[in-house]
Amino acid sequence: MDKVIVAKNLSLSYSGHETIINQASFDITSGSFVFITGASGSGKSTLLKSLYGALKPQQGSLIVGGVELNGVTRSKLNFLRRHLGIVFQDYKLVKEWTIEKNIMLPLIINGYEKSVTQNQVDSLLKHVRLKHQAGKFPLELSGGEQQRVAMARALSHNPILILADEPTGNLDDYSSGLIWNLLEGANTQLKTTVIVVTHHIPESLNVDYKHFHIEYGSIYAVN
Amino acid sequence: MQSIKNHLSLVLALLSILFSMQVFIIAERSIEAYKENLANNYSVVVVSKKTLSKEDIAKINPLIAESFELSPDHVIKRLDSGIDAKNTELLKVTLPRFYKLSLKHYPSPSEIQKLTKELRNHAAIKKVEDFSHSHDTTYKLLLLFKGMVTVFSVCIFVVTTLLVFKELRIWQFKHSERMSIMGLFGAPMWLRSAVLFRLAIMDAIIASALSYVIFKGIESNEWIISQFQSIGIEIVIFDSIGDFFKLASVAIVLSIVLASLIVVWHKEEV
Repeated sequence: MDKVIVAKNLSLSYSGHETIINQASFDITSGSFVFITGASGSGKSTLLKSLYGALKPQQGSLIVGGVELNGVTRSKLNFLRRHLGIVFQDYKLVKEWTIEKNIMLPLIINGYEKSVTQNQVDSLLKHVRLKHQAGKFPLELSGGEQQRVAMARALSHNPILILADEPTGNLDDYSSGLIWNLLEGANTQLKTTVIVVTHHIPESLNVDYKHFHIEYGSIYAVN
Repeated sequence: MQSIKNHLSLVLALLSILFSMQVFIIAERSIEAYKENLANNYSVVVVSKKTLSKEDIAKINPLIAESFELSPDHVIKRLDSGIDAKNTELLKVTLPRFYKLSLKHYPSPSEIQKLTKELRNHAAIKKVEDFSHSHDTTYKLLLLFKGMVTVFSVCIFVVTTLLVFKELRIWQFKHSERMSIMGLFGAPMWLRSAVLFRLAIMDAIIASALSYVIFKGIESNEWIISQFQSIGIEIVIFDSIGDFFKLASVAIVLSIVLASLIVVWHKEEV
């Protein structure tokens, strides 16, 4: 099986601060479902940031989707990001755009045709049960609804890898259930690799998953 | 309302630039037209020992457009008392020849000096009257006026360009969140900055259209037309095609250049 992520002796730190991830080596196979857990401040989100190039490795090598992120150029990073689906803890929706346009963003960036874009957005809005809210703006929605929009955006362009940072952190059961279903569907039906940073692994999940735990700057494979 | 506010400050700043530019063009045209008027009324008078042909005079300096021989009759009339017809004819023959020279354009003081020197160097010419004192005063006045208009226009251009630049930076801050989100999904720089360029170009077009309306109004204003007529000049205040094209080009190019500078200088987020 192809490796979608390969990290060797990876160290991560914010400039001028102490090392958060220290000499970690791991790899993730394409099509797998991975959970990353750890205590608050252990470096889960930092690791996720490094996977989409928002934090450059301090040391070691980190290859995501065939792109070496240590010393990556902006154009290569843009190329990689166009094939990722990222779900942020704080949603990162464009406030001035409607829900529909927010979901369209990766499709626009990837140059999809308008008819394809519209069909894909309509289908995703149905999946996240927000069809009736399509013309609304993010601030008119609840936190759970905004996270569902962010999830739909992350899935819209059929990415090779979904990175989700605590996607159900503060959500109600209904929204959480929808989000886990979408992640599960993307993994089982589309064979998309899914990496989720979370405090709690849901028990109801019907996928085989890998579990990494971060403690004291080291990454351990749990199962 | 917010949308109008967003555009208003940049449109006004661009409009000031276009206004100062067109005022400068009008001042230039007025000065040129006035110089042409002065050139038509300005002439140099030379006194020659012998008759000179038009060709002989034209060869002396390329600035000379035409020459006319002045009739000696009015001089002779003054001396008329007691001189008989035979002596009058003799006097006509012995009197030096007077020529009035008109010039191709209104000369600068150095051109006048050169012309006078070359005329004086001619063997037949005894005396040259170039009226340089009054000429110099008028010329210096024109230069002063032109200089003042230039300085004024440049000052407005610089200050308003800085205002446009500042306004575009405010826009960039306003849109920075959106730009960074787009960056996280791999949007290239041009796509992230597209809004900035679109707004800048749109406002440049609005400012150009407004300047068209304003100058068309000025052009047909009776009071302004009468002011130009009172100093005897007729100029094109606003050329609907040529001037509009110039103004629109400056507004669009300036907006694009300033927006590009902001994008280039912007520290790219990861």
